[in-house]
Amino acid sequence: MAFEIVASCVSCTACESVCPNDAITDQKVQFAIDPDLCTECAESFPDPQCASICPIEGAIVDSVGEPLNPPGSLTGIIVGVAA
Amino acid sequence: MKLPVLNNTIATSEAGGCASGSCGSSDASVQNLPESIRAKVADHPCFSEQAHHFFARMHVAVAPACNIQCNYCNRKYDCSNESRPGVVSEVLTPQQAVKKVKAVAAAIPQMSVLGIAGPGDPLANPQKTFETFRRLSAETPDIKLCVSTNGLTLPECVDELCQHNIDHVTVTINCVDPEIGAKIYPWIFWKNKRIRGVEAASILIEQQQKGLQMLIDRGILVKVNSVLIPGINDQHLIEVSRIVKEKGAFLHNVMPIISEPEHGTYFGLTGQAEPTAAELQAVQDACAGDMNMMRHCRQCRADAVGLLGEDRGAEFTLDKIEAMDIDYEAAMVKRAEVHDQLLEQLYAQRESASKPVIRVQGRAVLMAVATKGGGVINQHFGHATEFLVYEASRDGVRFIGHRQVAKPYCEGNSNCGDEAENLLDTLLKALQGCEVLLCSKVGYEPWSALEQAGIQPNGEHAMEPIEDAILAVYQEMLTKGLLQLPDAVDLKSA
Ligand code: SF4
Ligand code: SF4
Ligand code: SF4
Repeated sequence: MAFEIVASCVSCTACESVCPNDAITDQKVQFAIDPDLCTECAESFPDPQCASICPIEGAIVDSVGEPLNPPGSLTGIIVGVAA
Repeated sequence: MKLPVLNNTIATSEAGGCASGSCGSSDASVQNLPESIRAKVADHPCFSEQAHHFFARMHVAVAPACNIQCNYCNRKYDCSNESRPGVVSEVLTPQQAVKKVKAVAAAIPQMSVLGIAGPGDPLANPQKTFETFRRLSAETPDIKLCVSTNGLTLPECVDELCQHNIDHVTVTINCVDPEIGAKIYPWIFWKNKRIRGVEAASILIEQQQKGLQMLIDRGILVKVNSVLIPGINDQHLIEVSRIVKEKGAFLHNVMPIISEPEHGTYFGLTGQAEPTAAELQAVQDACAGDMNMMRHCRQCRADAVGLLGEDRGAEFTLDKIEAMDIDYEAAMVKRAEVHDQLLEQLYAQRESASKPVIRVQGRAVLMAVATKGGGVINQHFGHATEFLVYEASRDGVRFIGHRQVAKPYCEGNSNCGDEAENLLDTLLKALQGCEVLLCSKVGYEPWSALEQAGIQPNGEHAMEPIEDAILAVYQEMLTKGLLQLPDAVDLKSA
């Protein structure tokens, strides 16, 4: 059970500072979640912390690759327009 | 016949404050501030427009994370509350930041203020921000420290802030009404959840107001920034101004939203209008009625270095700092000397600016000035990326604000030419409303373009103090009969 950070990450460090399991680190190009440490916050918080503070839609995905913050969910702007 | 420099008498004789007619902090409400605060404001490079010409400031980018979203910000870039949008700063560790501050302060002895303003929200990165402050308080005790924040976690940070050498805190407050806030802030991260809409805005507003009060109660200077968003908070900012002043903020700085689509912000993509220079001035004037207004803020950038509009950041990259051989002790001694000299110059300029007050009649004129600092006209038109705009009227001279362009008309000598046409258009647009341009020199081509656009270039006052030159030009226009008042009624009331 783990989430993943993908290429759209802007390395703002916000998720790193809120992860209760220190699962997130700066991998220079982007941030990364250590799948062995990430618990999807299950035991700690009702919402996954990284995905609750991340400002970038689509930057954090679940184990099947679905974005936790889908397009339009943070900005109200639907892709295509925003791109 | 001499024109008065506005507020000059108040500032020198009563408030002990900044005597520059252009200073945003010399109006009557400064007098209500405690003596200690007045003294701080008078020579402060950030608050006294005049001191701004003499001292340098820098920002270090140690705080990348943010805990809210503003619709005028794209987090690919630096915090738009404190930086010009679309800028990406090199994020430093606290250790690197301390090193950079010491290097810059050694190379630029005018350095007197260090701020942490991003690239995210400094108080959303409390460990990094406070470690930097802790170390600088100890290692460069002569440098003033400041921090800016969106205010969300301000209340819980106040205790820690009080422990450092913090000179002032800037809180960005765009609204006091959650309904308006919901149009500006789509979400906040609060108590381990992402909260949206009116609820989010209510929490943010409550935290900002609470934090503001706590800082005031502990005697820390608080400046409030507001981003003017036409159609959303333009009228509302007058109320914001009233409320933050009642609480005890000593300056309110209204800056224009920048919403260019290429920055990819919500407001940029949805076509939110930017205020015109006149709209901005109208709101600033309306707020100034009950609040000190700061007009010289230039939305520099989270890692800006230098004096006035300049940015010498490129001279202080980590590699270059590494290669520098610095005697920090000697640098601090030198700094103390230079600061004393600058204060002397600043006071001398104030003295000479004390003109007898004789009212003359004529309409108000906006004049743009190209300067590299020192309070004098000393920049070539072709090298300026920033113009200071002053209003001259029968009441004297007052500073209105900045007009900026991304590129100077000629960068070196290499690209004076083809590209120049476009640059000139941008410049003319930026200078709209101004009737005079004062600079040290203007080239032949821009000269005629400026004239055609109704802006009279003037290089006759090079190296003269800005306000003196503006008064002289105003006087000259008056003599030439260029400043007829619109009607007789106005004349009588003069
Ligand atoms: S879901 Fe929770 S545990 Fe997993 S990386 Fe995000 S914050 Fe850390
Ligand atoms: S919060 Fe989002 S954008 Fe910021 S570092 Fe984490 S994954 Fe990247
Ligand atoms: S507080 Fe600053 S960094 Fe955060 S969203 Fe607003 S403008 Fe951007």
